[in-house]
Amino acid sequence: MADIPSEDLKQTPLYERHVTAGGRLVPFGGYALPVQYPTGIMAEHKWTREHAGLFDVSHMGPGFLMLANPSGDAEADHAAIAGIIEPLICGDIAGLKPGQIRYTLLLNAEGGIIDDLMVARSPLVAGGLYIVVNAGTKDNDFALIEKAAGDKARLIRADDDYALLALQGPEAVNVMAALIPEAIALGFMNYGAFEWGRDKVFVARSGYTGEDGFEILVNRHEAVALWDELLSDPRVKPIGLGARDSLRLEAGLPLYGHDLDETVSPIEADLGFAVSKRRREAADFPGAGRILAEREGQPARKRVALLVEGAPAREGAEILNAAGQAIGVVTSGGFAPSLGRAIALGFVPPQLTAPGTKLQVSVRGRAQPAEVSASPFVPHRYFRKSA
Amino acid sequence: MTTKFTPDHEYIRVDGETGIVGITTYAQEQLGDIVFVELPAIGKVLRKGDEAAVVESVKAASEIYAPVSGEVVEVNSLLTSEPGMLNSAPEGEGWIFKLKIADSAEIDSLLDADGYADLTL
Repeated sequence: MADIPSEDLKQTPLYERHVTAGGRLVPFGGYALPVQYPTGIMAEHKWTREHAGLFDVSHMGPGFLMLANPSGDAEADHAAIAGIIEPLICGDIAGLKPGQIRYTLLLNAEGGIIDDLMVARSPLVAGGLYIVVNAGTKDNDFALIEKAAGDKARLIRADDDYALLALQGPEAVNVMAALIPEAIALGFMNYGAFEWGRDKVFVARSGYTGEDGFEILVNRHEAVALWDELLSDPRVKPIGLGARDSLRLEAGLPLYGHDLDETVSPIEADLGFAVSKRRREAADFPGAGRILAEREGQPARKRVALLVEGAPAREGAEILNAAGQAIGVVTSGGFAPSLGRAIALGFVPPQLTAPGTKLQVSVRGRAQPAEVSASPFVPHRYFRKSA
Repeated sequence: MTTKFTPDHEYIRVDGETGIVGITTYAQEQLGDIVFVELPAIGKVLRKGDEAAVVESVKAASEIYAPVSGEVVEVNSLLTSEPGMLNSAPEGEGWIFKLKIADSAEIDSLLDADGYADLTL
């Protein structure tokens, strides 16, 4: 049984709310955060899939990268700021429209993934980008971005002065309609700034559960008021990290530090879509040689989704072929509440990645049947506007 | 009948030579929603402290240890189809296995209800 965390953990602006709600606090990315509330992971997971779940994701790393000396010409300033961040990542930032968000990857020179992140073009400020990186990697990520910026741009970290809330699920849009009606006009992977309370909030139509929903960056002094107002809607319940993980796993979304690390390339990770066409053609991103060669040929391994029979196969479990030989490893796995069975993500040789391929996983020394599945396990329900 | 406890949150309800083993209410609360139970084989001979069963929640797997030495004489196969029974009735219908106790002296070394309650305060 886990001990109560004794190390020095940071608290988010919503810490007291989690304690009052009976959240079971655990250390995560250096913060004390609720793994679950009293109703439990199963109920929280299902509530999010059917109604709307509210998550405190303030441990993540939001920030703004602003051109130091903007010219005032919006397109020229955007091109300039894109030119600062693009050498670190494989996404097309220059091509973003105001308010548009791109999922992209910070890469090392060998084409390994330093982090996965969101980069968005500010709808307000010429030469401004809104960036959200992962909690466990944020200090290193921000240091890399600051180094690339030099004196040409300024990075403003927002992780200490703001809270980040995620409202996810099929009823999230109706909840948002009552709170900030203008925000429901946003399409998937777009954001805007809206008046709420005494300040502006930044609302993105995004998330990591596979559901429609919003991520809201709010000044830390307004965070509790926003949390309370969202929870006053009977369609909304607070959801802990446990269900956040089972939701993203069912959505087939990789988790940095587990499914992705500095040895894994975007092609191996089945994130080829994150290598934007313009960048591919220019071959002007870190590790382009390896990544483009893997894209044309075969990577050594590839991330797959697995339906597992019997006990859950957790991170570190070996993946075996039908003959029982070890061919790969599970990088995240667990029980899928929406499917009522065990599922996993892991890496196997590329010739064994076709959906329906029969494999096995080794759990506590015993081989259990597993089958390669199409990904996502549970269909995404993002709100995509036709262009 | 007397019930004894381990510091690892197993209980054993002793009825003559047989002990019924499960996890405490406190343990199931800590584990959260239980989704899978791996039961021991009938006839398996366990020494005190041996891994006897595995209980999986959404998040993690937890080993269940034999509170005392003995032979597994019965398992609760209901848990295979209804693992949630471990959450709803851990000290009743959600028992895990029955043991033919090898050495009744080992029972005396376990915690009584008051001793266990002190541990989980």
